[in-house]
Amino acid sequence: MATKSEHPPEQLDRVVIRFAGDSGDGMQLTGDRFTTSSALLGNDLATFPDFPAEIRAPAGTLAGVSAFQVHISDHDILTPGDAPNVLVAMNPAALRANIGVLPKGATVVVNVDAFDERSLTKAGYEANPLTDGSLSSYSVYEVPMTSITQEVCKEAGVKPRDAERSKNFFALGLVSWLYTRPTEPTVGWIAKRFADRPQVAEANTRAFRAGFDFGETTELFESHYEVRAAPFEPGEYVQVTGNQALAWGLIAAARQAGLPLFLGSYPITPASDILHELSRRKEFGVRTFQAEDEIAGVGAALGAAFGGALGVTTTSGPGLDLKSETIGLAINLELPLVIIDVQRGGPSTGLPTKTEQADLLHAMYGRHGEAPIPIVAAMTPSHCFDAAIEATRLAVTYRTPVILLSDGYLANGAEPWKLPNLDALPVIEPGFATGPNHTADDGTQTFWPYERDERTLARPWAPPGVAGLEHRIGGLEKAAGTGNVSYDPANHEKMVRIRAAKISGISTDIAPVVVDDEHGDATVLVLGWGSTFGAIAAGVRRVRARGLSVAHAHLTHLNPFPANLGDVLARYQQVLVPEVNLGQLSRLVRAEFLVDAHSLNQVRGTPFRAAEIEAAILSLMEAP
Amino acid sequence: MTTTAVPLTTRKDWTSDQEVRWCPGCGDYSILAAVQMLMPDLGVRRENTVFISGIGCAARFPYYMSTYGMHSIHGRAPAIATGLATTRPDLDVWVVTGDGDALSIGGNHLIHALRRNVKMTILMFNNQIYGLTKGQYSPTSEVAKVTKSTPFGSLDTPFNPVSLALGAEASFVARTHDMDRAHMQETFRRAHAHAGAAFVEVYQNCNVFNDGAFEKITSRDARSSMLIPLEHGQPIRFGADGERGVVQRADGRLEIVDVSEVGEDSLLVHDEARDDPGLAFALSRLARGPFEPTPIGVFRAVERPEYGAEMARQVVQAQERRGVGDLAALLRSGSSWTVG
Ligand code: SF4
Repeated sequence: MATKSEHPPEQLDRVVIRFAGDSGDGMQLTGDRFTTSSALLGNDLATFPDFPAEIRAPAGTLAGVSAFQVHISDHDILTPGDAPNVLVAMNPAALRANIGVLPKGATVVVNVDAFDERSLTKAGYEANPLTDGSLSSYSVYEVPMTSITQEVCKEAGVKPRDAERSKNFFALGLVSWLYTRPTEPTVGWIAKRFADRPQVAEANTRAFRAGFDFGETTELFESHYEVRAAPFEPGEYVQVTGNQALAWGLIAAARQAGLPLFLGSYPITPASDILHELSRRKEFGVRTFQAEDEIAGVGAALGAAFGGALGVTTTSGPGLDLKSETIGLAINLELPLVIIDVQRGGPSTGLPTKTEQADLLHAMYGRHGEAPIPIVAAMTPSHCFDAAIEATRLAVTYRTPVILLSDGYLANGAEPWKLPNLDALPVIEPGFATGPNHTADDGTQTFWPYERDERTLARPWAPPGVAGLEHRIGGLEKAAGTGNVSYDPANHEKMVRIRAAKISGISTDIAPVVVDDEHGDATVLVLGWGSTFGAIAAGVRRVRARGLSVAHAHLTHLNPFPANLGDVLARYQQVLVPEVNLGQLSRLVRAEFLVDAHSLNQVRGTPFRAAEIEAAILSLMEAP
Repeated sequence: MTTTAVPLTTRKDWTSDQEVRWCPGCGDYSILAAVQMLMPDLGVRRENTVFISGIGCAARFPYYMSTYGMHSIHGRAPAIATGLATTRPDLDVWVVTGDGDALSIGGNHLIHALRRNVKMTILMFNNQIYGLTKGQYSPTSEVAKVTKSTPFGSLDTPFNPVSLALGAEASFVARTHDMDRAHMQETFRRAHAHAGAAFVEVYQNCNVFNDGAFEKITSRDARSSMLIPLEHGQPIRFGADGERGVVQRADGRLEIVDVSEVGEDSLLVHDEARDDPGLAFALSRLARGPFEPTPIGVFRAVERPEYGAEMARQVVQAQERRGVGDLAALLRSGSSWTVG
């Protein structure tokens, strides 16, 4: 066979690749490995793992298709890409499930071995799409991935059935060749990962190399490509997912506060990886407690907070429902507590593995009584790190539960992250009570658990162990100052208003919202929150590329809002609020600022596409 | 951590300034008095003592102790206490709960705290009724109980709290009652000294909604013939002159007999430290309710690793193996690359 290695690769500025196969085909791993080697090459990137809730849905069916989309580029990018340029389909179901999002002219690489009669029927194809002409507007490459993998593994004494499992590494090898990725990181990773199973390591390595060589030596592909490194700011980078950054952010927050970290949690998709990551990090003094249920998870976190630890609980929507009562207690106890809600499609069990932003109003109002708490939202996978520190800072400073909203897209999505300067992280001051804080009429010094700091309105945090500060707190209304049980109506009114004022006062202690308004002449403002950051910023870029002006402001504090938000909104003629829900932030800003906010909504379980944001901005501009 | 001697205290030092607000005549008063009077004897510090409760009449208990305390939400006290006890092994954590709080809304937390063996002393006041909500039947009420919510009689089979705790792998299980301060104090002392989760059922009279529920066994006249004291290493016998006792039949069944008929040597000798909880369970089933001769005292007291200590051990081991966590190193634990 002729080798084409003398052909230099064609340069591309960016490419979006989607790996798709059965849940058991290892597509997440394949995508993840491709991402890592791209990160090491210096590309900017964003990923979008998209997998079913079932661990192993029936093989070969549409329901069982698991996909991983990765966007790599030689410049700064913001989203995992609206549509793939390349689809790698390991079977007919993977092709059928994903062909709809593929633009005409895109490249399709299929594992042709999997396109037998039975698999085609399972996927719902009446005719073979590879032969019936239905794919004529795509560049289709048919590669016998399974059989070549089996062939190269046979030489290593691996049985065909076992070898078949390595075919995802063949696909990875092939795509690595196609985009000129180095092989060493993956080969090294396989050796390390499968060190205790040498035969599996051997099979995977052979499959990976066979895929790479297949691209190199066959005439099938006309050319191959290169996506050069993106011009990153100087610094040290790692690739992180949102859940990983969040777990690390909690460790960092505990360090900044000088508090031991206690996580009370119950396994739930897509939040469990935070529990997993923290439970591996006991050398940081982290205590993780897998509770009997969601209620016990938050209860134990609150108990730990009472004892002077940083109490954290992690969950997703259904779990947040269950934690509401305990959050209400924490509001009355006025103890620090961090509640992390990795949002997913709801209501009820909803779409466990798909993303949504529909818990905002729940976080805001999902408790009985007047029960305000701060809400912080993460914008990107790496921003989860900062968001965890900020949520902790507010919780500890104001002695209040804080809800941190992440979501399925951030949780599993990865991006390069420039490591922060750890010396510049905010210092969080627990300021435990050390002695009496009140002088009684008779001159004796006593401790009043509900005496307040004048600036923050926070009460003292007095963990057990200090003589003279013994006190009892509880869910019953507290008398201002003494903290004794009080049913006095005037006291209740006072306490309700103080608790509200304490939270709303935080608006002056958080960063003002920053407006990205290139020339200062935009009339349309796009206001987003949380994980829509990338899609909105990309959509805004597209509009600007047309020579039009549009402004973008993005909220990471949802309660209270930054103090300048009202002024910002008043400066623009039109405000567009894109959300992956049916309009929750838009309701809040309408109610609070009487602004005629336009909602842009979708709840497909996927992030917005930049093109959708662009189109909505343009149509708002055209509107009379 | 202070090394000075624990100061001598009296009941007054353990009593808060809050007015006690249970109904006059409620059994809770005598339990509170027993605890307040016991505390000076335990050699513990007020500032290192925490009472945590849920919701219900019993749950007001922490307000009356001059220690640290939390009156939390319905049923959740064991969960909250778990977070506190595992992060603060230097504290004495007490949970005060009732039959509705512990066995109904909080049943899940109770059984899991027991099976994990988290260091906490759980006092469950069992009055077989809902008091605070004014008289509905509880999960320990007898079948056919007529209450406001069951005018035609309740249908559910009650829990036997001691059986439940034993089934939940509890390492310490005891029963006492509000009419006998000395017995309460001895039982609480043992429970407090236990290195793990200790569960104590306290028969408690609710004189407003379920008056006399335990009268048949706990009244002064009835006690000797109706309460079967369990004493470790001793033959199980009761009656004014110890004339009755418990034997184990060949098929494993326990039976109450006249000692004169079987002879002293045939009596079952109580062994609270038995690894197998089967016999303790059988003892808990001896009475079908507080109208038959009922065992009181410590059913089971065995040693088992304590959860918080094990958690701390894992932290220490991880630090010994990998050194104390270094955040900068953690952030680089995957592959990192440098630009510029
Ligand atoms: S209702 Fe019953 S249990 Fe509650 S305080 Fe009154 S007597 Fe005691």
